[in-house]
Amino acid sequence: MDGKTQNQMAWLFVLPVVVLVAFNAIIPLMAVVNYSVQETFGNNMFFFEGVKWFEQVLNSDRFHASLGRQLVFSGTILAIEVPLGVAIALAMPRRGAWVSVCLVLMALPLLIPWNVVGAMWNIFALPDIGMLGRLLNDLGFNYNYTQQPLSAWATLIAMDVWHWTSLVVLLAYAGLSAIPDAYYQAAKIDGASSWAVFRYIQLPKMKRVLTIAVLLRLMDSFNIHTEPFVLTGGGPGNATTLLSIDLVKIALGQFDLGPAAAMSIIYFLIILLLSWIFYAVMTRDEEA
Amino acid sequence: MAKISLASVKHSYVPKPLGPQDWALKQLDLEWSNGGAYALLGPSGCGKTTLLNIISGLVRPSQGKVLFDDVDLTQRPTEERQIAQVFQFPVVYDTMTVWENLAFPLRNRGLRAAEIEQKVKAIAHMLELDAMLPKRAAGLTADGKQKISLGRGLVRSDVNVIMFDEPLTVIDPHLKWQLRSKLKELHQRTRRTMIYVTHDQTEALTFAEKVVVMHEGSVVQIGSPVELFERPRHTFVGHFIGSPGMNILPCEVENGVVLFAGQRVQVENPPTGSLAGRRTEIGVRPEFVSLGQGIPVSIVKVSDAGRYRVVEARHADYRIKLLVEEGVAVPASNASVRFDPGHTRLYADGRLLE
Repeated sequence: MDGKTQNQMAWLFVLPVVVLVAFNAIIPLMAVVNYSVQETFGNNMFFFEGVKWFEQVLNSDRFHASLGRQLVFSGTILAIEVPLGVAIALAMPRRGAWVSVCLVLMALPLLIPWNVVGAMWNIFALPDIGMLGRLLNDLGFNYNYTQQPLSAWATLIAMDVWHWTSLVVLLAYAGLSAIPDAYYQAAKIDGASSWAVFRYIQLPKMKRVLTIAVLLRLMDSFNIHTEPFVLTGGGPGNATTLLSIDLVKIALGQFDLGPAAAMSIIYFLIILLLSWIFYAVMTRDEEA
Repeated sequence: MAKISLASVKHSYVPKPLGPQDWALKQLDLEWSNGGAYALLGPSGCGKTTLLNIISGLVRPSQGKVLFDDVDLTQRPTEERQIAQVFQFPVVYDTMTVWENLAFPLRNRGLRAAEIEQKVKAIAHMLELDAMLPKRAAGLTADGKQKISLGRGLVRSDVNVIMFDEPLTVIDPHLKWQLRSKLKELHQRTRRTMIYVTHDQTEALTFAEKVVVMHEGSVVQIGSPVELFERPRHTFVGHFIGSPGMNILPCEVENGVVLFAGQRVQVENPPTGSLAGRRTEIGVRPEFVSLGQGIPVSIVKVSDAGRYRVVEARHADYRIKLLVEEGVAVPASNASVRFDPGHTRLYADGRLLE
């Protein structure tokens, strides 16, 4: 071998990224794994407990309840945001000056930080002085998100739809723009109805970007914390205590590091599993 | 089935066309008779696809009328024209099977299941797609997909015209031959009007009964392949068709005598009137130039094309190509060439003098 192939300098160049990943991902994750199998009473004293915390979390009614709420929440926002996003993308102009206007308008909500969105809606929906809350009450609806679970849920979902539908719109629009004109022309010549054009051209061509949109929204909505936290802190009662709210309560409210760590890992595995199942189903046909 | 006429059709993609450069199509009057096999031939950007899209209704012409059997359909949508069009790149419906793809245009028109089944089977058999019918269309190769595109156009029996927009671009050369003969065979069997757009002269000349040659948004000649070869009515046609193309040499006309580089040249169409102020050229195909007494030339290059050789000669600044049969010696010096008077023609401003 000559000198060049024996040169191990390359390792030096990847070192920065290895260090970065180690500090921002691997070490914290390992710390969580470490906590999840131990009991602590403070003073930096730890006792090994095996899988006790995992069993406790998996058998806890409290965890089941917040997981249930989480699934309902993620399912609901996906069921609204994906069809709505596709519909808006279909209605957007395909060429001309209005394209940029629409794209900028669509991108605006995405630029707003989570806690600002929470604060905005918190004020907007106040039943006495908020524009939306006051209007709903004046129209005869009994709306008060700090007291009624249904109001809190509706506000939370409206908030998420307002904030994130744009993401689906932008992705779907990108998918639609990539369809060559010849497809539409061929469909015209084949006498296809506009429903058939959607069903057999637009939807299949959008499949990949929609897969990504659903994955992003699924993972993101599973991690939602700031909005319910700013709105009601998980209330009224435990009505909007989604997984992350619950986790933070256990970890930072009760300081139960072991159970919180075990729950984090279970939480992570659930997201991973759901995303994997969804991705596998969506890409299954492409292999064949 | 119908006769299709274009009356004074002009088209521009610019909202307010100013000069001739803004017109994609300049003043077209054309008639496509029922049952003909046409080729629309021209270089890229000459307006072929625009013309096709005007017939199919995907583009509305800026001016003029599109008539199907003398009925004005200029403003009618594609669906009402009963046309089929096959595009340059294959269009298949990915989520459907090959069978469903072929049945799609028939289902949209509400045909009965039994009729659809029978038609799809027949067309699949003709395109040799039988074995593929239950497969997903997305998994096919490019030529398989293009066969489906062709099939969706051919499966309908109600079409007035089937238009092919350079349909074999993505197909392998050996399959091109096969598919082209299939199309030809199909035309002979069904006698349905077909318009085949291409920039490839071989494709055009082998497919069509009549070739429409386009150049810069105008039709420069319509004729049978033989007519285009023997009697090009425009220097562009002479140059574009034939390999190598026609020699086009600037000339002067004085008192009815044609002079090329000071030498008198006999032409098949001697000038009758004055040609003052017009650009005059003679056109003669390399096939009709021979070695012999005439214009002195120096030989620049000889290339062997199999049964004959292409000789590139030069007189002053002008290049003249001629074909020399095998076995005939090409002199290294003191060569001269002569033009066959029966096939040497005079052109003014690019157009054949008639």
